[in-house]
Amino acid sequence: MQQKDALLTKTNETTVMVEELSGSEILLKGLIEEGVDTIFGYPGGAIMPIYDALYDYTDHLKHILVRHEQGATHAAQGYARSSGRVGVVFATSGPGATNLITGIADAQIDSTPMVCITGQVFAHLLGTDAFQETDVINITTPITKWNYQVTDASEIPEVLAKAFHIAKTGRPGPVLIDITKNAQIQKVEFEGYKKCDHIRSYRPYPIVRTSYVEQAAALINQAKKPFVLFGQGVLLGNAEKEFKAFVEKAGIPSAWTIMGAGAIATDHPLNVGMLGMHGNYGPNVLTNECDVLIAIGMRFDDRVTGRLDKYAKQAKVIHLDIDPAEIDKNVKATVPVWGDCKQTLPLLTALVEEKKHTEWLSKFRSFDKIENEQLIHPELNPTEGELTMGEVIHQLNLLTNGDAIIVTDVGQHQMIACRYAKFNHTRSNITSGGLGTMGFALPAAIGAKFGAQDKTVVAVIGDGGFQMTIQELGTIMQSGIDVKIMILNNQFLGMVRQWQELFNDRRYSFVDITSPDFVAVAKGYYIDGQKVSERANLVDALKTMLNSKGSYLLEVMVTKENNVFPMVPQGCSVSEIRLK
Amino acid sequence: MEANQDKKEFNITVYTENQVGLLNRIAIIFSRRKLNLDSLNTSPSEVESIHRFNIVLTETEDVIRKVARQLEKQVEVLKVYFNANEDIIWQELALYKVPTEIIAEKVSVERLLRQYGARVVVIRSDYTVFETTGHREETDALVEVLQQYGLIEFVRSARVAIIKASDGFHAKLREFERLEPGEHAVENEYLNKGEKVFTM
Repeated sequence: MQQKDALLTKTNETTVMVEELSGSEILLKGLIEEGVDTIFGYPGGAIMPIYDALYDYTDHLKHILVRHEQGATHAAQGYARSSGRVGVVFATSGPGATNLITGIADAQIDSTPMVCITGQVFAHLLGTDAFQETDVINITTPITKWNYQVTDASEIPEVLAKAFHIAKTGRPGPVLIDITKNAQIQKVEFEGYKKCDHIRSYRPYPIVRTSYVEQAAALINQAKKPFVLFGQGVLLGNAEKEFKAFVEKAGIPSAWTIMGAGAIATDHPLNVGMLGMHGNYGPNVLTNECDVLIAIGMRFDDRVTGRLDKYAKQAKVIHLDIDPAEIDKNVKATVPVWGDCKQTLPLLTALVEEKKHTEWLSKFRSFDKIENEQLIHPELNPTEGELTMGEVIHQLNLLTNGDAIIVTDVGQHQMIACRYAKFNHTRSNITSGGLGTMGFALPAAIGAKFGAQDKTVVAVIGDGGFQMTIQELGTIMQSGIDVKIMILNNQFLGMVRQWQELFNDRRYSFVDITSPDFVAVAKGYYIDGQKVSERANLVDALKTMLNSKGSYLLEVMVTKENNVFPMVPQGCSVSEIRLK
Repeated sequence: MEANQDKKEFNITVYTENQVGLLNRIAIIFSRRKLNLDSLNTSPSEVESIHRFNIVLTETEDVIRKVARQLEKQVEVLKVYFNANEDIIWQELALYKVPTEIIAEKVSVERLLRQYGARVVVIRSDYTVFETTGHREETDALVEVLQQYGLIEFVRSARVAIIKASDGFHAKLREFERLEPGEHAVENEYLNKGEKVFTM
């Protein structure tokens, strides 16, 4: 070990000062170099040296103290999803690290860029069942894009640079770095931080083969009934403009997965709605009628496809994806166009003919008309009876005009919010899509607000999910962040209840959930709020929430046994979608 | 899914960086899909610092292709090939421990061992260890025979395999290091080139 804090070394012809810094300080300097401004975390024994160093870096790094490490991961996800940047999490070893698992798994399946730093016991204690020792590397291997255990401080700059490069490039995802306590304390020469832009075994951007782009364009140009399905890939590739240019030139009706919502505005004339189990009528039925299916940055999740052997069998499939492993995974592609859609879409746009497809588009609109009359209009505009979830979202739309970021939890309210919320802007719909993590919304909304401070952030949450991460009200209280919390309380675990009603003869097995006085709980955290159950008071209550200074909790009592329709029952084809 | 494909033996060759934890990252891709490996071998490759996994399993080509893509997606995996047995040259090594007194007394055993091309590794007064290398059927056949002569212990190594059509990894690695993406992201270049390669 060097004794001096700084020593002189010769590099080439110039003499430079090489600092000697602790692993912790090198880590923080690296984070600043990576442009990190916000960290969501929770201290503990094995990460104390990093927290000690952080004490001197609070001018550059804002640390948000969460109330549970799971909250840190979801907040980092919310931050990443609203800002397009990498979310950063700190947690300690053992339980601190295992509490991250749900959020990491969520980030993995929803391709969210996130770097988690966990403390670990001293290297010489590894494998001895030391206090708060958990093999977090092996636990997180299946749910991380990459992970690495650092046992020597000299590894930190390179590993951190690699972590950020891997997390944010290609198909993004979560990365975990586990740093043993000795490496946090150890002092080593620090010659500056170099960002990583190449790893020889890692190809984030597959080469675009123009022959496939040409084949795709030829198919599209011949198509009479082309149909675009788009997912989060459009957002992750920052390719919203390129996407819009493509669909507008080719005149193709386009439907979205819930992760892709907002890539083009809800009101865009070619936006025909949502795909999947609770998606819109037209897009589901016409999936089995189109002649060319163009999937862009989506992965044919089972909630989107329904029964696979009856899914778009008549259609030629063009699949644009950055991840070669997605091609042919669920749906066989006629033409695979692998590559970053920011790169492939303009190439495709250049080759497609300008068209309108008016008749085909009107077919979607005629299905819309049926869905609207039978389902949407009564859901959004009831005049009597209890409040519906749909009308609450509808009234919220009228007040926010589609400019707010809507963060949803998981369940009925999520499907209703995704179906009916209006999105004028990209990165406005933040939800747990692939993993379906209840408890996601409250912490994710906190992170989303930190990632987009000029936006109104509304967390729409069910009474069940809210109770899963309710402690993050403490994070709101302490950080002073402005998040509007809207609980749609139907006094049930609604989605499971709906399935029990439809498929299990109304055997309501453990879906009847009681709740505390949410407003009182919020007030306990010094967060203002109110409860509303009358239609006459709804709009005023929403206005009060949106206009409040700082966070606000609005609990809306909605009808207990409302079902989300349309619905593609499990095991059914998308064209067997039920309107009731 | 697509037309029902028959399961057969496939050989997956994975070129990787040499890093702690990678074995687990590779193994869980199979275990997550409840795929059982027939054989797994890790070794250095012709390129220093590059590791090579040889994995054998019996599955449909469709499943193998998807797994190969998932393997190649791992950050520290450089390249994955999958081949049918016709496309590779492969060997497995087996050791057999037999009581020396039986070997010494029975002429037929000696003949057998010659017939199977077994070599003596160790001779002790109490036992003798033979080795053979060859295909699974060959090593298995000798086990069956030796059972009747008091086979004490038997062990067989994982399969090592060379891809007939491969030009090795040196050129490929240069491509990787040049920062120039090649067209190697998806296709298995060797699978359909059986007729072009020299066969023993």
